[in-house]
Amino acid sequence: MSHRISRRDFNKLLVSGVAGSALGLFGTIKPAFAAQNRVVIIGGGFGGAAAAKYLKKLDPSIAVTLVEPKATFYTCPFSNWVLGGLRTMQDIGQTYTVLRNRHGVNVIADKATGIDAVKRTVTLKTGRVLNYGRLIVSPGIDFKWSAIEGYSEALSNTKMPHAYQAGSQTILLHKQLMAMKNGGRVLICPPGNPFRCPPGPYERASLIAHYLKAKKPKSKIIILDAKEKFSKQGLFKKGWDTLYPGMIEWRSGPTGGKISKVDGRAMSVTTDFGVEKGDVINIIPPQQAGKIAFDAGLTDASGWCPINPNTFESTLHPGVHVIGDACIAGAMPKSGFAASSQGKVAAASIIRLFQGKEPAPPSLVNTCYSLIGTDYGISVAGVYSLSPTGIIEVPGSGGLTPMDADADHLREEAMFADGWYKNISQDIWG
Amino acid sequence: MQVSIRSLLTACFVSFALLGAGADASAAANPASKTAEANPRGQILSLSCASCHGTDGKSVGVIPSFYGKTPEYLETALKDFKSGKRYSTVMGRHAKGYSDEEITLIAQYFGTVWQNNK
Ligand SMILES: Cc1cc2nc3c(=O)[nH]c(=O)nc-3n(C[C@H](O)[C@H](O)[C@H](O)COP(=O)(O)OP(=O)(O)OC[C@H]3O[C@@H](n4cnc5c(N)ncnc54)[C@H](O)[C@@H]3O)c2cc1C
Repeated sequence: MSHRISRRDFNKLLVSGVAGSALGLFGTIKPAFAAQNRVVIIGGGFGGAAAAKYLKKLDPSIAVTLVEPKATFYTCPFSNWVLGGLRTMQDIGQTYTVLRNRHGVNVIADKATGIDAVKRTVTLKTGRVLNYGRLIVSPGIDFKWSAIEGYSEALSNTKMPHAYQAGSQTILLHKQLMAMKNGGRVLICPPGNPFRCPPGPYERASLIAHYLKAKKPKSKIIILDAKEKFSKQGLFKKGWDTLYPGMIEWRSGPTGGKISKVDGRAMSVTTDFGVEKGDVINIIPPQQAGKIAFDAGLTDASGWCPINPNTFESTLHPGVHVIGDACIAGAMPKSGFAASSQGKVAAASIIRLFQGKEPAPPSLVNTCYSLIGTDYGISVAGVYSLSPTGIIEVPGSGGLTPMDADADHLREEAMFADGWYKNISQDIWG
Repeated sequence: MQVSIRSLLTACFVSFALLGAGADASAAANPASKTAEANPRGQILSLSCASCHGTDGKSVGVIPSFYGKTPEYLETALKDFKSGKRYSTVMGRHAKGYSDEEITLIAQYFGTVWQNNK
């Protein structure tokens, strides 16, 4: 005799008479539910949805509510592949159906507008109030709109997309590239550190070059960077020289890369060295934690959220765990992989805390694959643990694709990038 | 996903009698699934692996699956990746992040987690 039944069988049971009478009881046993351990999660991206899935997987008795306004979450990972014509928007859209129906997560399509960390409540835009035993906040990033003169949210939606939250701006940037003439000039303007996905702008340049090389080979990409160096720099530059010689130019901050001003009408940006015109201009503004983190007083002067790295519980508000891009996670980069790894640590820790037990010391992982061409993948990997100074990369672990990696190696990493996307999205939303 | 009847119903105080003899009282004394009872350090070391290798090591893409492998197999594989004895493009960089004791804990976690799904 089997001790276990699938959720589907259980649902069938519910509509049968036997369980019907069980359902009849539900109304009279409210106090039992009130005593149940309850976790509310704000944000259904890489951090929040991973935490929801793993809370339910590791302890199905916990009531998990996920608040996320979007019905379809378009992942930033692989959005550069859309720009390069290698994926469609449909390929990168994730939904909450499986989390809701198969894993028993209560998904609420709403936006959190307030957190009361003393009363342990979350207020939603519709006015609804949710109680929690523990709260997980994973709202991702917000942009510092005033950091660049002339730039604004309105301009980003119409002429100079950031495309750094995947969705309508990914589509806009893609359309602009498709409409651009052969011989056009694309400007990509990444911010200083820290920001979401350190290799993101450079993978973007690579995959835009992949498209331009095939369709508009006289075009140029100029990266006007606020920084003096960037993630996987040697590997990217080698890849560009190999696949797209002469097409991508990178200028560092001190050599005229840092932009201070944009002009939407003239389609230009201003650097310390003068004015640069572009046919397509992608501005990636400086960033900070998502708005709700500010509104709830979870951020410090840096604009990000300080946490206890053991459990990702806020050092400012007990009972509230902040994960993903919004938190300050020591040596970890702001990536989807890191966010989901943090979501799992928070989930496992919260289960132990509910049991009155001490959480296990955390172990975290990140791998960021970047595609330079269809058969040309590179990566940076890291394993992270806790030290007295916070989250550090385990010495001797991780690192980059070797500079002398041969074609077979690079092809395998390109395939692994695709394998990674399939598994992480299945692991989080599937 | 498989869920024990009790885990779904215990919280509701619905007696087993309602479901007849379908459920055995010994099915799951604890509403938490068996993985939650796993060594907590082993669990926390292991959960991140799923991002590349799939939930519980069951891959749906080109990255190798290790679902259903024994603890012994996994321990040897991880140690060989760590030492470089076994060639890899990416895995060696991860394996170097764990002590031999941690590798044993990870191997134990994934070497048994699939047995709970049977
Ligand atoms: C171009 C690009 C490429 C990238 N490529 C990779 C990659 O290859 N690999 C990788 O690991 N990472 C990659 N990243 C980084 C990755 O996208 C982020 O690090 C990751 O999304 C962070 O997860 P998060 O949970 O913190 O935030 P998000 O995934 O952004 O999720 C935040 C969610 O919270 C919701 N939300 C915000 N406020 C509220 C509120 N008040 N109420 C309710 N919900 C709210 C939002 O709607 C959103 O769905 C890339 C990023 C970019 C821009």
